Parts: sequence; structure tokens; C-alpha cells
Amino acid sequence: MTVATSSRGSIDGSTFVVGFLTFCVLLFAILGVANAADWAFRVHAWMFLIAAFAGMAFLLGWHESGAAFPRFDPTYYEEGVVKAGIIATMFWGIAGFLVGLVIALQLTWPNLFYFPDFGWTNFGRMRPLHTSAVIFAFGGNALICTSFYVVQRTCRTRLAGGMWPWFVFWGYQLFIVIAGTGYLMGVTQSKEYAEPEWYADIWLAIVWVTYLGVFVATLLKRREPHIYVANWFYLAFIVTIAMLHIINNLSLPANLFGSKSFSLASGVQSALIQWWYGHNAVGFFLTAGFLAMMYYFIPKRADRPVWSYRLSIVHFWSLIFIYIWAGPHHLHYTALPQWAQTLGMTFSIMLWMPSWGGMINGLMTLSGAWDKLRTDPVLRMLVVSVAFYGMATFEGPVMSVREVNALSHYTDWGIGHVHSGALGWVGFVTFGAMYCLTQWVWKREKLYSTALVEWHFWIASLGVVLYITSMWVSGIMEGLMWRAYNQFGFLEYSFIETVSAKHVEYIVRAAGGGLYLTGALIMIYNLVRTARGDVPVEDRRRSSQPPTLQPAE
Amino acid sequence: MTDHSPEIDNHSGVETTGHEWDGIRELNNPLPRWWLYLFYACIAFAFGYWVLMPAWPGLPGMSGATPGILHASDRAKVAGELSALARDRAALSAKLATLDAASILKDPQLRQQALALGESTFGDNCATCHGPGGRGGKGYPRLADDVWLWGGSLADIEQTIRYGVRSGNPKARVIDMPAFGRDEFLKPAQIDDLVEYVMHLSGQPADEAAVARASQVFIDNCKTCHGAAGTGDRSRGVPNLTDADWLYGGDRATIRRTIFGPRGGVMPAWGDRFDPATVRALAIYVHSLGGGE
Amino acid sequence: MSAARESWLMRQQKKFEKNTLLLLIGILVVVAIGGIIEIVPLFYLKNTIEKVDGMRPYTPLELAGQQIYVSEGCHVCHSQMIRPLRDEVERYGHYSLAAESMYDHPFLWGSKRTGPDLARVGGKYSDEWQLQHLIDPRSVVPQSIMPPYAFLAGRPLDLSTLQDEMRALKAEGVPYTDAMIASAPADAAAQADPDSEFETMQAVYDGIAGRKGSVQIRNFDGQPGPPSEMDALIAYLQMLGTLVDFSTYQADDLKNQR
Ligand code: HEC
Ligand code: HEC
Ligand code: HEC
Ligand code: HEM
Ligand code: HEM
Ligand SMILES: [Ca+2]
Ligand SMILES: [Ca+2]
Ligand SMILES: [Cu+2]
Repeated sequence: MTVATSSRGSIDGSTFVVGFLTFCVLLFAILGVANAADWAFRVHAWMFLIAAFAGMAFLLGWHESGAAFPRFDPTYYEEGVVKAGIIATMFWGIAGFLVGLVIALQLTWPNLFYFPDFGWTNFGRMRPLHTSAVIFAFGGNALICTSFYVVQRTCRTRLAGGMWPWFVFWGYQLFIVIAGTGYLMGVTQSKEYAEPEWYADIWLAIVWVTYLGVFVATLLKRREPHIYVANWFYLAFIVTIAMLHIINNLSLPANLFGSKSFSLASGVQSALIQWWYGHNAVGFFLTAGFLAMMYYFIPKRADRPVWSYRLSIVHFWSLIFIYIWAGPHHLHYTALPQWAQTLGMTFSIMLWMPSWGGMINGLMTLSGAWDKLRTDPVLRMLVVSVAFYGMATFEGPVMSVREVNALSHYTDWGIGHVHSGALGWVGFVTFGAMYCLTQWVWKREKLYSTALVEWHFWIASLGVVLYITSMWVSGIMEGLMWRAYNQFGFLEYSFIETVSAKHVEYIVRAAGGGLYLTGALIMIYNLVRTARGDVPVEDRRRSSQPPTLQPAE
Repeated sequence: MTDHSPEIDNHSGVETTGHEWDGIRELNNPLPRWWLYLFYACIAFAFGYWVLMPAWPGLPGMSGATPGILHASDRAKVAGELSALARDRAALSAKLATLDAASILKDPQLRQQALALGESTFGDNCATCHGPGGRGGKGYPRLADDVWLWGGSLADIEQTIRYGVRSGNPKARVIDMPAFGRDEFLKPAQIDDLVEYVMHLSGQPADEAAVARASQVFIDNCKTCHGAAGTGDRSRGVPNLTDADWLYGGDRATIRRTIFGPRGGVMPAWGDRFDPATVRALAIYVHSLGGGE
Repeated sequence: MSAARESWLMRQQKKFEKNTLLLLIGILVVVAIGGIIEIVPLFYLKNTIEKVDGMRPYTPLELAGQQIYVSEGCHVCHSQMIRPLRDEVERYGHYSLAAESMYDHPFLWGSKRTGPDLARVGGKYSDEWQLQHLIDPRSVVPQSIMPPYAFLAGRPLDLSTLQDEMRALKAEGVPYTDAMIASAPADAAAQADPDSEFETMQAVYDGIAGRKGSVQIRNFDGQPGPPSEMDALIAYLQMLGTLVDFSTYQADDLKNQR
């Protein structure tokens, strides 16, 4: 450890630039507060202002606190930001599941869960809060923190960029808060998964490109000749999301100090751009990114080699090439020209095997370690997630067939599909990774309680099953009811009859969501105890079981 | 650590690639055959589909996309289905649109079909106001009884449906009760008395003195429409005030509110949305709800 | 797969997985292709948007209403896209055309029908019904699961940003003129007040639509005074699906069947 510690006065370069950037944000925020054209913009300008101020104060304080320890020591892995990421992941996870449960209840018992005096708690505003909280806040933090961990380990080098990873972390949290509070205030561009308004979009673009920079710089200084497959997927995820985000959000603000903007494209063109984005948010955020996670945590936890290098290569390149084309399957039978729908459908079908390549590689990596599934519920979680991934990516191509989509589109079937991917795949692989990471970065020999992981596993699995089966039933039912004809050839059901018909399924779905949330709360308890270093329950029990005579302490 | 040389994984007997990252190695298994063949099959399917269906966009200057040898089009397809349907139903539609009411009701098969069409259309378009099965709601008359504002014959009902009430359609049924309170035709005290009078008309307990005071006011202001006895006028859509059937409600507050200013509820004109046969079928359905007149 | 091809594949892969920037560029190229081929033609192929009569940009009041629609998240439950399928056409009316959303920045087609499609809800109900339904959906449709929006009724419509918004839309190609923008706040108020001098604004927008009566002038929420958010939202809903003149649109024409 012979590293020159930065001495007082000679501020580290990355800290200086981050500080400068934060200062610029502060200036803009002050301008925004002073000139805001609408109240929501003013609220957000204040938030930026407070965040920038806090950021600057922290940087100064941190710098002034002296050079007692080597900063950004290249001989150590950067794990602080990983720890922060675990906390953020779990925090936002709970928030997102909770909001999901609330909106599920709203659709079930509208009289109890709508508050006429609080417009901001309405379904229309809470639903994007849920989707963004689970995808971007929960999923995004999981991806950022695991990618930071994995890239360091598999490149055998410290994360590049000094202060920048922290900028990415906090900048991303700020984006989440701006986006979420925006939805509640009615600030939205209406495009699914891209709802935040222009200034939040710009901020995210800055944060994201920085993230790309940190990741690429770390790869560049790696001390391994080859780049590991997990990092191909992380890199594809980061760079593609940057492209999608920037292009889909091109829009013109009505006022430089106002919250409203209008997307450059309109009508049918804006629809295709949006679903080019939306589908690939699934493809690159919820698939490529989490596959990267899988490619590290499964072999690591199972202590087995990745099953097939060749499969990794073929499925990686085919996956990222084909995914991009599949967006129009969200627009079947719409006013989008039919040729584009054809491309969307056929590429979705061709996507099936590339998607399953990841599943095969994940599952087969366990060959030789299947017995571990019995004893290690964390590994089981990881493996079950891959199974759900396989299921969702089989269902997806099926739903992309135009004739099937004619039935499934607009219905709860889509919601079932989403959540088999989201709860089963994204959720479980994240849980697995977080159990591993908590143990590893807090340097604990084992988790606080394996039994609690078992509980989490079974409760959450039951929750997922209830959720997706109820949505399949209600989705297919309503799809069939919409097109049902009576014996004379006239529509059999009115729309409202299809709404009431789903009530029972909605209760089951809410119950499933409640279980899933419960599981996650158990997990948090377990992780907190683990991180604190409490003696694992299993060890405690063992030591107290036999009536051995322990010497008094 | 640079490249390791490939070694044999002793569990599976498969060679590794020789790379290692943080303890993770890779096996050199080949692509699963079934996987590869399914992948090829999906690609072949896609190619086949592109040949059949509109698929690849033209370059700038070209008019559109490759049409596919089937020349398939969702729009053409649905247009075809709908015109086939129209052909199938031509007889029904023609009969519904031309036959007179009595003969429609006499023909059981025709009547049944008309009821089916009417019921089907009613659920999404009318039940939202008139309630499921036409049971009515505040401000929206109950259709499942024999109390009618505008008359309960098939022809009356059909006219209401086709042109609506205060719908803005030139042929709409229109009548506006004056805003006795808002436009200050009557004094608040007089209106209070009239409320009692209307309560009395409908057989509810009322303040006798007020009823007595109001009887002349009623004759002066209300008789022209509601009639001296308050029984209304079905030829003009004026409700009967002596029965227990209310459009808006028979409590004092609601009655006062009506006399203060009319609500002038709007019933949309459905002739603009539906073809004549559907309107006729709706009329037959509604007619059947109230038992028919 | 022959051994020769496998090793070719491996050789290519080696280049990428040993060179970060090459990998980055490789990925970018691979993921750019699909989007370019699918999206760009929508801007130049002439039959992407049908030629129809009757489309016009939203009046200021309707535009404000559309923004309330977006901001309240109605699109989260309601589609505005009737598909060319028999049951949808029978339930909701003529299938939606691309032309009908050409002034929507962005589109509001929706992806989930928790409530019914609204593409042609204009004129289906009375203003009073819309008002009552928005205030308390279950008071008119007992089984409804739609949220209540009573708070919109009392809230005066904020017109201060309207002109900026129209200016942005104009820059993006919506045919607003400077005159239309200049009179926007007054026009918004006029549309919600039948006692005002609404004729000029009506004539302007009807003029672009090419027919009379495309602009509905009413006191949509029944309340006196300047327009409320409810006025704007109902004005928007009552316009939906009423613009395109389907009597002159030749849906059966081959060139319209994409
Ligand atoms: C926007 C709400 C609304 C909808 C939708 C609606 N109605 Fe009505 N309807 C009314 C109102 C309000 C009246 C009473 C008008 C009046 O005051 O005379 C009415 C009156 C009627 C009447 C006359 C009742 C009588 O007592 O004379 C008939 C018949 C009728 N509606 C049938 C229908 C049918 C059939 C449909 C569907 C195709 C329909 N309505 C849809 C609001 C509606
Ligand atoms: C120009 C004709 C006209 C006159 C005059 C008139 N009404 Fe009416 N009245 C109507 C009509 C039409 C309705 C149907 C309700 C509506 O406006 O939607 C009605 C409805 C009512 C109702 C509500 C009935 C229900 O079922 O809820 C009451 C009560 C009533 N009138 C009382 C009066 C009284 C009292 C007067 C005299 C002070 C009066 N009306 C004068 C035409 C008239
Ligand atoms: C939770 C989902 C949900 C949200 C959010 C929602 N709605 Fe609805 N909406 C429904 C349902 C369910 C129905 C059918 C039952 C009914 O008529 O209330 C409906 C019906 C309607 C109808 C009647 C359509 C017809 O043809 O019968 C209109 C108009 C409408 N909503 C407008 C709106 C507007 C405007 C907003 C936003 C301010 C909105 N809705 C928000 C669920 C929703
Ligand atoms: C081969 C892979 C997949 C294909 C081809 C596919 C296909 C589809 C299709 C056809 C739809 C319905 C579109 C509609 O009718 O509106 C859909 C919706 C969706 N899918 Fe998938 N899917 C795949 C995998 C996944 C995975 C792994 C996830 C992970 C969570 C996922 C998340 C979603 C989401 C969030 C939606 C809803 C989009 C929306 O309407 O808001 N999909 N997908
Ligand atoms: C406690 C767990 C959860 C519950 C109760 C829940 C509930 C819901 C509900 C009620 C909806 C709205 C459905 C509708 O509009 O009809 C929804 C939508 C959605 N949820 Fe969840 N959810 C949960 C977890 C998750 C997770 C973990 C993810 C992603 C990682 C997720 C992603 C989504 C997405 C993408 C949609 C939008 C789907 C679409 O537009 O088609 N949810 N959820
Ligand atoms: Ca955005
Ligand atoms: Ca008003
Ligand atoms: Cu998709």
C-alpha cells in the first residue's frame, strides 16, 4: 500500500470536477427557483437546490476532514458505493412493492382506497410511481451496485473515476426523487417508463453517461486479458439505455423554467419511438442487465464454471441485435403501419432462442451442484429466477404473435406477463444477488439466518404464483369477454361487466402482492442483522443446544 | 493472471476455455443442438412470414413496404368482416328499419333478434346513464317501468332515442322548465310553499298552510305544463308530480332545487351514432323493459 | 457448425472481448440497426398517415384539457386506439387512424384498458354525465373502479402557460399561427362560455378543420365564471373522435389499407 495519499490542498481531480458540476447545478437551481413558471417546477428547483447544496457541503466537509486515510486507494476495491447501493435497492424495493400493493387494492376496493380530496393518490398517478420505483429505483440501483461490484472483481481493479461512482449513485437517487415526486404532482410526459419531464431526463442523461464512463474506464484499466461475459451484458445494458433514453426523450420544453414539454415526434411516429424504447427498456434494463447479474452470481454462488462460453457468445450478440427490432409488438393492430408490426412479431419470435440461451447457461451452470439447491435457499432463489426468466421469455414471443396479441393486448394478461418477469425474474435474481452481496461486502461468514431466507423464498414464491395465475385468468377472461358474441351474433357483455368479473382475481392478486412484500420485509430484517454482524441464528442455536458447560464470561 | 491453459473440469469432463475471473471459469460446451435448430426454425418462420405479409419498408421515394404475396391488411379484413356481417343481417336490418312496430312485435323471431341487438347495444351505451337493465338513476329516468316522460309507445321511444332530449340535434325533444328561483320569477317564500305543494301532490306529508298558500301560485306558474292536477304532460315530456316516481328525487331539498332552476338533463341523439335498425332495436328493447305500451 | 466457422467466430469474439472500445462500438452498431430501419421510414413513407378531412389542432381549451388528461394519468387506464377488429369496431366505433393522433405530442394510445377506450367518446354522453362521472364515478356506474376527480371542478384553469405551450407545439409543426397563440387565453375562456363572443375563435378552428361545428362551445361544467380544469377536461373528452369526417374518408380504398 504505497500510494500517495492526496494531501490537503491538492484536491483530487475527480472530486474537484464533481464539485464543480454540483456547483453548476446549484446555480441552475437558483435560477429555476427564481423564475419558475409553475409550482411543480419550483418545487423541483428547490429539490435540486437542496441536493446540490448538500452535495457541496458534503464534498467540502469530506475534503476538509483530512487525509487520514488513502482516498480512492487503487489497491482496494471500492465497496462503499456498493454498500450504499444495497441499502438503496432494498429501500426502493419496499417502497415500490408497497405502492404496487396500494394500486392493486385501489382496483379491488375503490371505495376504500381512493381519497377524493387527495388527487395525487389516484391510480393514474400512483401507477407510474410504482413502475418507476420498481424498475428504475429498485432494479436500477441493483444493477448499478452489482455492476460496480462485479466489474471490479472480474477486472481485478478498483472502480475507475474516484469520486464519479458516488456522483452516479447520488445523482441517480436525485433523479428517482425528482421523477417520483413529479408523478405525484402530475408532472409527466405520459410515455410509459419514460414519464419524467425534460429536466429530469437531462439530469438522468448526465448521470447515465457518467455511469457509462466509469464502467468503460474500469474495463479499460482491467488486469485481465479478457472481458468477462457479465461485463459484456452490463456494457450493452448501459450503452443501449443511454441511446434509448436520449432519443425517446427528445422534446421541446414549453418554458425553460417550466415543467411541461412536448415530444418532438407526434402520433404514430412517437408511438413507435416510445415502444422501441419501452420494449428495450425491458430488453436491456430488465433482461441484459439482470443477465449480467446472473452471469456473475450463479457461477460464484454455485462455485461452478459457466456452462458454455460459446453459448454466451452466440446468445449475447443475437440477443442484443434482435431485441431492438421487437418494439412494434406493443403496437399490434394499432394505426402503426402493418409492415412494422410484422417486423415486431417476427423478430420477437426469433428472440425466443437467444433469450433462452441465457436461461440454459444459467441453469446448466448448476450441473454438478444441484444438491446445493437443497441447502442454500439463496442459490435456489437465483435458479428459480432463471426459470421465471425462461417462462416470461417464452410467453413474450407467444404474446407477440398478432393473433394472440389481439386477445392479450390491453388486458391483465399483459400484467401477468410483466410480473412473471418482474417478480419472478428481476425480483428473485436481485434478492439472490443482495443476499450474496450483503454477506460479501460486509465480510460476514454467513447470513444472519438461512431459515429466514427459506421463509422469504417460499412466501415470495407463493406471492408470485398467486399474482401471475390470477392475472392470467382475469386477462384471458376479459379478453374473451370483450369479443364474446351471443347466439344472435351481437356482443354479449358490456364493458362494465368485464370489470366486475375481475373482482375475485383482483383480490387474489393483491394477496399475492402482499405476500411478496412480506417476503421482502423479512429479507430486510435478515440483511440488517447480517450487516450488523449479529451472530447467525443457526450458530447460536447450535452453541446453545447441547448442555455443554460454558465458562462464564 | 493471464490465460490459463484449458483444463478439464473434473465433474463434467468438459474442457474449460482457460480463462478465469474472480474464480469463475467457463466450460467449452458446444451449442445445444435443439437450441440451435429451434433458433433456425424461428428464423425460417420469420422469412416465410415476410414473404407472405407486408414486411420491409421501402427506401425514400418508394410508396410503401413490401406488400407480401397475401396482400394482407387488417383494415381490409375487418372491412370485409363487417360487410359480410351487414350482408348477413341485411334482412334483419331491412325488416327492422321498414316494418311497422306492430308487425315486428308480432314476429317472434324478429322480435327476439331485435331484443338481442338492443340489449347488446344498451349495455355499453345506455346503462351508463339509465343503469343496468334500465333501472334508472338520479336525473336519468327509469326505463324499466311504465312511467314515461315522453310517452311509452314504440314510436315515442324511438324518437327519443334517435334525436335525444335537449341534445342539440335539430329534431331533439326540447322543453325547458323556467328557472323560477334563479331568474327570480318567484320569491323564495313562494318556492318554499311550492315545495310543500309538490310534496302534497305526491301524497307525502306536507305543511297544510303552505299548500293552501301555494295552490294559486301553482295554477299561475305550473299548470301550463304540469297540468292543474300536476299529472304532467307526456306529449311534451313534462313529468307527473303526483306519483312516487321521480326523475330527480321526491325529498324537499331536491324539489326545491328543481323549482329554483331546472336541470334540463340531456339525452344524446343516438341516430348520429347508430344505424336506423339499431335505433329501432334499442327502442324495442327499451319498450320491452317497461312492459310495453 | 463446422470447426472452421467456429474458430472464425472465436477469433472475432477474441477481438471484441479483449478491446473495451471495440466492444462498445460493436454493441452500439448492432443495437442501432433495428431502430433505424423501423423508425426512419415512418417519417418518409407517404402512406404512414392517412389523408383525411376534418383534422385540426386542438383549441386552447381542448389542449389544456388534454394536459389535464395526461397529468391525471387517464391514459394509464384508457386507450385511445380502436383496433381494426370486429368486436372493437362494434363496441367503440370506426377503428382509429394514424391521422387522428397526428397533433398529439406524444401519442396517447395507451397500453392497458382498465377502463373502456375513449377514442370516440366525444358526444357519447352529456356534459352533466361527464361531470358527475368525473366527480364520483360510482354514483353513475356502481361497479366502476375509476378514481374520483371531484377536485378538478373547483379548480380554476391556469392559462398562464398556454401560449408557451402552443408556441412549442408550433415549433414542432402543429399549424398554430401567431394570431391563434396571441388570442389563446381569451379563446379558451370563450369556448367555455356560450355568452361570450366565441364566433371568431370558432371560425378560425372550424376553418382549419374545413367544416362548421368542429368546435363545441358550451359551459361544460355548468359553473359560471372563468373556465375550470373540469371545463377543459370535458371539452377535450367531448371532442375526442369527432374531428375526422368519415363520410369522405375512403377506408376501403386500397391505398388506405396498410
Ligand atoms: C348522457 C346520459 C344518457 C345516455 C347515455 C342515455 N340517456 Fe336516455 N335519457 C337521458 C336523460 C337525461 C333522459 C331524460 C330527459 C328528460 O329530461 O326528458 C333520458 C330519457 C330517455 C328516454 C325517455 C324516457 C321517458 O320516460 O320518456 C328513453 C326511452 C331513453 N332515454 C333511452 C335511452 C337509450 C336507449 C339509450 C342508449 C342508446 C340512452 N337513453 C342513453 C340520459 C341518457
Ligand atoms: C315549461 C314547462 C314547465 C313549467 C312551467 C314547470 N315545469 Fe316542472 N318540469 C318541467 C319539465 C320538462 C321537467 C323535467 C325535468 C327537467 O327539466 O329535466 C320538470 C320537472 C319538475 C320537477 C321534478 C320532477 C321529478 O320527477 O324529479 C318538479 C318537482 C317540478 N317540475 C315542479 C314544477 C313546479 C312547482 C312548477 C311551477 C312553479 C313547474 N314545475 C313548472 C316542465 C315545466
Ligand atoms: C383506475 C383506472 C381509471 C382511471 C385512472 C381513469 N378511469 Fe375512466 N374509467 C375507468 C373504468 C373502469 C371505467 C368504466 C366504468 C365507468 O364508466 O366508470 C371508466 C369509464 C370512463 C368514461 C366513460 C367511457 C364510456 O364510454 O363509457 C370516461 C369518459 C372516463 N372514464 C374518463 C376518464 C378520465 C377523463 C380520466 C382521468 C381524469 C379517467 N377516466 C381515469 C377506469 C379509470
Ligand atoms: C423474449 C422475450 C420477450 C418478449 C418477446 C416479450 C413480449 C412482450 C409482449 C408481446 C408484450 C405485450 C405488449 C402488449 O400487448 O401491450 C410484452 C409486455 C411487457 N413485457 Fe415482455 N416480452 C419478453 C420478455 C419480457 C421480460 C423478461 C420482461 C421482464 C420483466 C418483460 C416485461 C414486459 C413488460 C414490463 C411489458 C408491459 C409493457 C407495457 O405495456 O407497459 N418482458 N412483452
Ligand atoms: C408487491 C409486489 C407488486 C404488486 C402488488 C404490483 C402491482 C401492480 C399493479 C396493480 C399494477 C397495475 C396493473 C394495471 O394497470 O392493471 C402493476 C403494474 C406494473 N408493475 Fe407491478 N407490482 C408489484 C411488483 C412489481 C415489480 C417488482 C416490478 C418490476 C421489477 C413491477 C413492474 C410493473 C410494471 C412494469 C407494471 C406496468 C405493466 C404494464 O404497463 O403493462 N411490479 N403492478
Ligand atoms: Ca421522459
Ligand atoms: Ca364553467
Ligand atoms: Cu416488448
